[in-house]
Amino acid sequence: MTAFFSIYKGYFRTALAIQFQYRIAMLIWLLGGIIEPLMYLVVWRTVAQQQGGAVGDYAVNDFVVYYIAMMLVNHGTFTWIMWEYDHRIRMGQFSALLLKPIHPIHSDIADNIGYKFLTLTVLGPTAALLAWFFNATWQPDLWTLAAFVPVLFLAFLMRFFWEWTLAMLAFWTTRVDAINQAYFVIVLFFSGRLAPLDLFPQVVQSVAAILPFRWMLAFPVELLLGRLTPGELLIGIGAQLFWLIAGYLSLQLIYRAGIRRYAAFGA
Amino acid sequence: MRYFRLFATYLRLGVLGELEYRANFWINLLQSLLELGVALGGLAVVFTHTDNLGGWQPDELLALVGVYFLIGGLIRTLIRPSMSKFMEDVRQGTLDFTLTKPADAQVLVSIQRVEIWRMVDVLIAIPVLSTALLRLGAQLGPAETLTFAVTLLSGSLIIYSFLLMLSTCAFWFVRVENIQVIFMSMWQAGRWPVSIYPAWLRAVLTFLVPVAFATTVPASAVSGRITTATLFGSIALAAALLLVSRWFWRLGIRFYSGASA
Repeated sequence: MTAFFSIYKGYFRTALAIQFQYRIAMLIWLLGGIIEPLMYLVVWRTVAQQQGGAVGDYAVNDFVVYYIAMMLVNHGTFTWIMWEYDHRIRMGQFSALLLKPIHPIHSDIADNIGYKFLTLTVLGPTAALLAWFFNATWQPDLWTLAAFVPVLFLAFLMRFFWEWTLAMLAFWTTRVDAINQAYFVIVLFFSGRLAPLDLFPQVVQSVAAILPFRWMLAFPVELLLGRLTPGELLIGIGAQLFWLIAGYLSLQLIYRAGIRRYAAFGA
Repeated sequence: MRYFRLFATYLRLGVLGELEYRANFWINLLQSLLELGVALGGLAVVFTHTDNLGGWQPDELLALVGVYFLIGGLIRTLIRPSMSKFMEDVRQGTLDFTLTKPADAQVLVSIQRVEIWRMVDVLIAIPVLSTALLRLGAQLGPAETLTFAVTLLSGSLIIYSFLLMLSTCAFWFVRVENIQVIFMSMWQAGRWPVSIYPAWLRAVLTFLVPVAFATTVPASAVSGRITTATLFGSIALAAALLLVSRWFWRLGIRFYSGASA
């Protein structure tokens, strides 16, 4: 455990140093993560205003808080690992990672968290600015805030495991672009980013409850908004744990199979 | 005329190059269909809860989606690939080969790479746009059709000049590919009419990054909400940006001294 601690410390330091070098590129990539929720925020706010102040049980202010929270939760949990693996495997860079006496997922996790912390210095003020601009009011309960911390952590880990599993497909195909995009579209619909899931037809909601994506994004967001009862919170954490374990197992399986297949192109 | 022949040549080269990767057609088709799915799915969810969005009827927003895909396809087929190649050439010094050719360098640079499979965006835009136009048919006279064509053309020219100016910055700051990423992030906001955005964002999308002129303006021409001022403003801006980008390009060329030379 302490060994892991010092390894992660080292990884964090290099991750921060590297990302600080590319700070402009970093800010530019961040923009997409701000525009998308802002766009849906505006669309739904407009709809709510037209419908006399609410759609379903979402009032104008709820949409504003929902999408600001969604922006932050999505930022906290997203990964770009599927693009990286395509590159790593095609260019043969993966060989160097295999030589290290530690599972390559650890440096990826450290990279991801390092980036998140650096960019939070921009995204935090952006969120505050949007909240001020759209006159958002938000009064969280203490217990939801306390519960949010482990829920976000679980969401991060399960999303990381599943997207890392997805990234491993690069061992079998060079067509990962299409797979990734299909994945993003599915996530967009079933995670509550396109619209809060309550506003979808019942069928979509039922499918979303079975799939993992809702538990990665909509669930932490709804928790922050104070829309969940303690019972729903426990069910949600249960679903997160289930998908976390399932993600871990599939990651192990596909990683072992992938390594056996890997032939180090370009070496 | 000569430039049309040049363009046809580059187009043929692009087709020949990409015919080697025929599977890419299916991949691009799948990707475009997915993107269309997001756009239409978003509209579907919105319109289960309201019958208009900021005054826009469903069919009018469908026309907007069609325009968004049409111009987006143009950007992805021709403008972006050509500009990427140009910026790469500046960095590596291979722009010299373009400059020594006996034709206008700006034209050569602008049409030098055609990623033909990206045309599927245009192919997808046509049925979407036709459906929208047919359903809006009653309110579409020859005047509206002409206005639509004119705004579509000036919108494309505005986007082209804008991206050319951004890319021309490569002469001074060698690493500018990321600027295109900024543009494409802003571009997705064009899927919705800019009138619903708050004033500051609307100003950004209209003047700082002229997305509105290429998406909302042509779509408002078919929905009959375009004002004469907007129409002429769009034409004037297209003309002005073409001239300014031309001037800026010349300035950049004069500054360029080749890499490693």
